[in-house]
Amino acid sequence: MSALLEVNGLTKRFGGITAVNNCSFEVQEGSITALIGPNGSGKTTAFNIITGYLKADSGSITFQGKQIAEPNPATLYRSGLSRTFQQARIFPEISVLENLIVASGYSWKGLFGARTTKADRVRAGEMLEEFKLSALADFYASELSYGQRKLLEFASVLMSSPKLVLLDEPTAGVNPVMIETMERHIRARHAAGVTFLIVEHDMQLVMRLCDPVIVLDHGAMIAKGTPSEVQSNSQVLDAYLGS
Amino acid sequence: MSKAGIIRAVAFFGILGLLPLGVKPQWVINLLIFTLMYATLASSWNLIGGYAGYPSLGHAAFFGFGAYFIGIIFENNVGNGYNPFLILPLVGLCAGLISIPIGYIAMKTRKDVFAIVTITLLFMVQTLAYNLRAVTGGAQGKGVAVPPFAPATFGRPFYYVMLILLLTAMGISFYFRRSKIGLSLAAVRADEDKAHGVGIQVTAVKIIAFAISVGIAAMVGGVWGYYEGFIYPQFAVDPLITIGMVLMTFLGGRATLWGPVLGAFILVPAQQYFSYEFGATQFYLLAYAAIFLIIMLVLPRGILPTLTDRIRLKAKIAAEAAK
Repeated sequence: MSALLEVNGLTKRFGGITAVNNCSFEVQEGSITALIGPNGSGKTTAFNIITGYLKADSGSITFQGKQIAEPNPATLYRSGLSRTFQQARIFPEISVLENLIVASGYSWKGLFGARTTKADRVRAGEMLEEFKLSALADFYASELSYGQRKLLEFASVLMSSPKLVLLDEPTAGVNPVMIETMERHIRARHAAGVTFLIVEHDMQLVMRLCDPVIVLDHGAMIAKGTPSEVQSNSQVLDAYLGS
Repeated sequence: MSKAGIIRAVAFFGILGLLPLGVKPQWVINLLIFTLMYATLASSWNLIGGYAGYPSLGHAAFFGFGAYFIGIIFENNVGNGYNPFLILPLVGLCAGLISIPIGYIAMKTRKDVFAIVTITLLFMVQTLAYNLRAVTGGAQGKGVAVPPFAPATFGRPFYYVMLILLLTAMGISFYFRRSKIGLSLAAVRADEDKAHGVGIQVTAVKIIAFAISVGIAAMVGGVWGYYEGFIYPQFAVDPLITIGMVLMTFLGGRATLWGPVLGAFILVPAQQYFSYEFGATQFYLLAYAAIFLIIMLVLPRGILPTLTDRIRLKAKIAAEAAK
């Protein structure tokens, strides 16, 4: 296995606060890597930098062996790095089906073509089938429940056939059945060859789904290992419980 | 295009196409020309203000640009009277090209800030129109040669050109809705950062929408300047024109095909009626504003979206009941 994503010496300051502090870690190809840490430990900030939403003060990011000079969300997405947001960001005023099509990374020629071509509908239809959302295809996305929105966002970022998917708290605020559904979809996609980097607060889910687990505190990596290794690491316990 | 949509469009443009043949009074034709003018402006504004969610208040700058463009070229001679109309595509193209760098910079900002940046553009262009006297005639105004049209049907050519421009604007609006441009713009309007994150060519679609939108506004301005025959800075680059197209789009319904047209067909006659009733006092502006406020209170998203939502809801309830 080789590193699909390498983060090296990443630092980001907001005024006097250092949100990410000389942070380095890597995500092995084919893994489901968890990124955990107490609130404010810089997980989402790291996500935002990796996906090009924020500019780092220093440090570098290498994806698929190539260093990314100027991370740009659209370019990264098209080159196979997808992400979801903590607050399930979908497009409420277009249909569920269109939410998938709009995220399929169409070409310039496609941009001037029909809003939904037959090929689009077939492909998006298959994805909806996989996520059991077919019955909702023609609903406005605004009509979905929160859990369904999370599923839809996950499904939509898979439309670009990504190599690596960053999930920011995929199960936050959804019911237990939906957590299981989400886990099943992550496993299914993982089996199909997608690598995951997941920020998650549900420790039971992290422990049964992810390996390895990376722990951040105050913007830097303090531990990395299998779930059980991390669980018994004293530094990790200190970070979570305070000392 | 659905069958009902085709019928609606053919009926609408068919009636408007035949209207001048049956309607003789000049004042009616004059009112219709202004209604069509605003319907076109509102439809074009809708491309960027409605579909993309970028509320430009600078469109009157491009409207004025078009008016002066025609005024300057045709100050002394318009030949058989149709030459200025043939130049219109060039007017639109020039305005569109000029708007690309302007749009690129202005659309780095969003929402209210974008509105303020674009209204600044309006006042900059107005100031230029006042001060570049050698080109625009400054406050003295710029005359356009009078076309040799028969007095009894003088307004007719202007009417039909406005109608063609409306057809163009609505055609483009329809194309936007049916293409991935419209789909991308809907994503940009809802959540631009997220849209960027799923690989949408955000900057490009915004600039396409902006350039086409102001290009049409400039063409309309060209026809307006020619029709008026005299172009003054305060009327050619007028905040009221900017506000007019925005209000009409809001009233009829943003990001819809027919909303801006509906808004114009309500507000332009209403404005004329009130300004006639209340005469020289500026009270008509109050009445005009009052209609707008009341409708916004009752139908906050504009007439068409509110109605279609109600119909959709009813259909849904009926479908539930049928189960």
